[in-house]
Amino acid sequence: MHRTGALFGQFKTLEQQKDTATLGMWIFLVTEVMFFGGIMLAYTINRHTYFHAFAMGSNTLSLGLGGFNTVVLLASSFTMAMAVWSSQTSKKGLITLFLSLTIFLGFVFFGVKYVEYAQKFHHHLVPGKNFDIFYCVNNPSKCDDIDAADMAKEKEELEVAAKADPDLNAHAQLYYSAYFGMTGLHALHMVIGAGLLFWLLKESVAGRFNAEWNNPVDIVGLYWHFVDIVWIYLFPLLYLIDRHK
Amino acid sequence: MQSPLPTFPEQASNFAGNVDALFSFILMTTLFFAVLVTVLIIFAAFKFRRQSEKEVGDDVHGNNVLEVGWTLIPTIIAIGIFAWGAAIYVNYRIAPKDTLDIYLVGKQWMWKLQQPNGRKEINELHVPVNQNVKLIMGSEDVIHDFYVPAFRVKMDVVPGRYNTMWFRPTKTGKYHFFCSQYCGTNHAVMGGWVTVMEPAEYAAWLSGESGDVNPVSAGERLFTQLACVTCHLSNGTGRAPSLNGVFGANVLLADGSIVVADEAYIRESILQPNAKIVAGYAPVMPTFQGLVTEEQIMNLTAYIKSLQSQPVPAKGAGIAPATAGKK
Amino acid sequence: MRAEATGPALKLPEKHYLNATYGIRSWLLTTDHKRIALLWLAAVTFFFFIGGFFAMMIRLHLLTPNGYLLTPDMYNRMFTMHGVTMVFFFLIPSIPAILGNFLIPLMIGAKDLAFPKINLLSWYIYIVGGLFTLWAMVNGGLDTGWTFYTPFSTLYSNSAVAPAVVGVFINGFSSILTGLNFLVTVHTMRAPGMTWFRLPLFVWAHYATSIVMILGTPVIAITLGLAAMERVFGLGFFNPAMGGDPILFQHLFWFYSHPAVYIMILPAMGVISELIPTFARKRLFGYHFVAAASLAIAVIGFLVWTHHMFLTGQSTYAAVAFSFLTFIVAIPSAIKTFNWTATLFGGSISFDTPMLYAFGFLGLFMIGGLTGLFLGALGVDINIHDTYFVVAHFHYIMVGGAVMGYLGGLHFWWPKITGRMYPEWLARIAAFILFIGFNFTFFPQFILGIMGMPRRYHTYPPEFQIYNVMSTAGASILAVGYLLPMVYLTWAAFYGKVAGDNPWPATGLEWKTQSPPLTENFDVTPVVTWEAYDFHNRPDLGLDVPSGKGSPGVVAPAHGDD
Repeated sequence: MHRTGALFGQFKTLEQQKDTATLGMWIFLVTEVMFFGGIMLAYTINRHTYFHAFAMGSNTLSLGLGGFNTVVLLASSFTMAMAVWSSQTSKKGLITLFLSLTIFLGFVFFGVKYVEYAQKFHHHLVPGKNFDIFYCVNNPSKCDDIDAADMAKEKEELEVAAKADPDLNAHAQLYYSAYFGMTGLHALHMVIGAGLLFWLLKESVAGRFNAEWNNPVDIVGLYWHFVDIVWIYLFPLLYLIDRHK
Repeated sequence: MQSPLPTFPEQASNFAGNVDALFSFILMTTLFFAVLVTVLIIFAAFKFRRQSEKEVGDDVHGNNVLEVGWTLIPTIIAIGIFAWGAAIYVNYRIAPKDTLDIYLVGKQWMWKLQQPNGRKEINELHVPVNQNVKLIMGSEDVIHDFYVPAFRVKMDVVPGRYNTMWFRPTKTGKYHFFCSQYCGTNHAVMGGWVTVMEPAEYAAWLSGESGDVNPVSAGERLFTQLACVTCHLSNGTGRAPSLNGVFGANVLLADGSIVVADEAYIRESILQPNAKIVAGYAPVMPTFQGLVTEEQIMNLTAYIKSLQSQPVPAKGAGIAPATAGKK
Repeated sequence: MRAEATGPALKLPEKHYLNATYGIRSWLLTTDHKRIALLWLAAVTFFFFIGGFFAMMIRLHLLTPNGYLLTPDMYNRMFTMHGVTMVFFFLIPSIPAILGNFLIPLMIGAKDLAFPKINLLSWYIYIVGGLFTLWAMVNGGLDTGWTFYTPFSTLYSNSAVAPAVVGVFINGFSSILTGLNFLVTVHTMRAPGMTWFRLPLFVWAHYATSIVMILGTPVIAITLGLAAMERVFGLGFFNPAMGGDPILFQHLFWFYSHPAVYIMILPAMGVISELIPTFARKRLFGYHFVAAASLAIAVIGFLVWTHHMFLTGQSTYAAVAFSFLTFIVAIPSAIKTFNWTATLFGGSISFDTPMLYAFGFLGLFMIGGLTGLFLGALGVDINIHDTYFVVAHFHYIMVGGAVMGYLGGLHFWWPKITGRMYPEWLARIAAFILFIGFNFTFFPQFILGIMGMPRRYHTYPPEFQIYNVMSTAGASILAVGYLLPMVYLTWAAFYGKVAGDNPWPATGLEWKTQSPPLTENFDVTPVVTWEAYDFHNRPDLGLDVPSGKGSPGVVAPAHGDD
């Protein structure tokens, strides 16, 4: 096994190795754009066709939790960029610090996501046999995490939406398919990113990164920023449909 | 009329002539280039074959004039072919206003058609000659496709939407139609016949029934026409039990009870197939309510009665306990 | 005729990549691109047999109108699994993963690809995906057609759709990683003097292919992922009952699967662009145009997918636009064909087996490509869509084109890969058998399509029987044509005549190394001063160049994206 920072056999110079790895990561990110692009297309078409159901679905999401998660991820991109800077300026302690912060923020994101997913599960909003967009307004006692004012608002919105779209439940299920599909895929990528960050943390503690050699921090940073950008798209697409009240 | 191209089906619609003409044009153009290039290759292979072991070829980089030429000329021809094809297609996709509208539903694995006056058909389409016909098509389950080679027309039948297609038959006769989008087990037998008739005959057909005096043979014809035969295979290997020997016998049902297969049972099975499911079979039989008259049910019953003397398969009969059927 | 050895017989070099290390671990954990290529050869050949078995079952069953060999459900599994195996596990990897992996570093003067470990990972991913799919095939089979159209595949099929789709999904990553590796390698690992326009066209072809792999494959991944989730978890994007649209699946599916066919043919075209100059001993006519045409095919190939959907009831105007683009995408292929033909004029042509395959490719690819014009023409497509005409069309390109290119390439580079030469006369006979068997198998299918026989039919009206019988007879001959090379190439790898560094001789950088090459390819990094296929400036080839020709090349700086 080669140690990080050592020259791999197929390269002539460290510079060539760095350029190659960076180009590789950029091309990989292009494939990720195409990958997410497919589900974004499905989302776009269905949102256009079933706007009321999508707006309804979006309004059942918590703006607070989603907004908080957005800030968390943006902060994690900042700490990641700081980690890259630290490695470029050979500040070994800071590299470790910023990588740890990035990982921590990533886990905060997971925690909030878990809370959101659990809530959806309890509210019968997971696509499948039990899906029912009307579940909470019909069984308010089962959905006691929604306060009375919000419940009344939701009931009103549902009535309006159901009038506009007689098949609201089926089409709302499409919204939730998009929600779980897109955020699930995003979360999976974050898990992979967290794994990469743990590896980087281990290497940084062992003192492998400095001004001469910081390419791995750089390219994991690229990946992490990409995952963040995906969320920047997901947040308005999923959480902010028709929310101007 | 017979197509000018060999092996083509006959031309029986307004589209056929034009489609075949375009096909001929493309054939001649592509044949010309294919032969030209082939001759050039064979010529070069002979003229420039290696004469001595260490011989090399000439030092030629290329020729920009040739490149431009053999880019532009194929492009122009290609655009010409495209334009002709697009014209036919646009005409095909935009139906004229004065059409005879027939509704069509495709399902696994049969076609149900309904004429303007409500008369229904299964796996058969009767149309008058020289009149614009529009098919409005839906699917009950998966994607199918309605294809009439002699008319040169085809259109997918997609669940969740209506697709329409139109044509004008130009010659009386019977023409095969096929399902042309893979749809499962019996995709290949989901075909039928389009019958093009003179307008007077069509009108007569539309309002009455063609009689067939012998109920057993009428029933046998119906059994095929209504596609019963695609599931009720006589050798017991189908999705439905064999009907050999079933009339008058005991039938074991899925809930464990036993009934006698009499005339009432046969009638109920045709009109409300889910009322009594034979043990070991899935409730997949469609209802024929509204698709068959009482007279037709009687003919079918007569035919099924006539199967009493047919050999009962060891597996796949509907008959109860001792030789109980299993899938 | 290749350069015959005069004097004592040649001997294999002492050390080379095959004997550098021993043991199963040294093969299964190798990062040497050449050994990985051989791992691919074994795996791909295995799946080729499986796909071929399914093909045999199809053709035998179709000998009679009411086929007695298989039940309808079994038949539907046969054609589906034939398609899935051949497309995803044979055609897409074949040339890139075997010949591309082996040759690209050698052709550009590098020690290995940019990411050797990812290269090995790519093979393992293929194996995992393949095993998943195989498991699905024996545990329930797959009967949806290789196109997995919804809602049949998601809601109605009683076959093992989810595991099969997972297998194909996994396999997609193999393709993405290979493409990524090739793209980066060509950008950053070229030897000094190997500028872009000195690259062999085989490399250009793989560069173009890699662009398609990385842009297209992720889309089939998400598409199959969504289909699997619909089948298992009840997501509804493609389910009309939930407001979903089955046609959305088709758009997403074909967005990849059309460019996929260019993944399958561009590498074969790259092989032909090597074979013809070598065996005509003449540079390729219009090098720049052929390179540009490869890129054009890759790009325009992404703009035509809806031509598979002309009859789904979509917008008439969209159909017109896509038909137009379909005709445009045909043009670069025509340009290449004319350039290949023009290369022959003024050449010094020999008829070694690789060249016979090149000739076969020219004829058969031309027929396949031209019949695409019939299908792209909207008015005619109405009639022949989803009939055997389509089946014949794509088999002419995939088998007549891509497989001929693959076999031609295997024969051409076999001496480099193994150090030994295959038996020439047996190989020529096999090539003829293949060519004849192929045409007998697939030409009758054009006629069947015109007559109106739809695809994917386990039973057919009796008037179609004669052509079906002809097709099956041809298939048996074709099978012999495939088995022969498998046998004699294997034999030749161990017992063939030692070939020497450059038996043909050919001009590529790969031929300046020993056969088989060292593990690190070159003992000294080469410095390139000549153009591709430049027979007139290569005194090292030992050929008779007319005097007064040739000029010294210019050394260009090392690597870089110039």
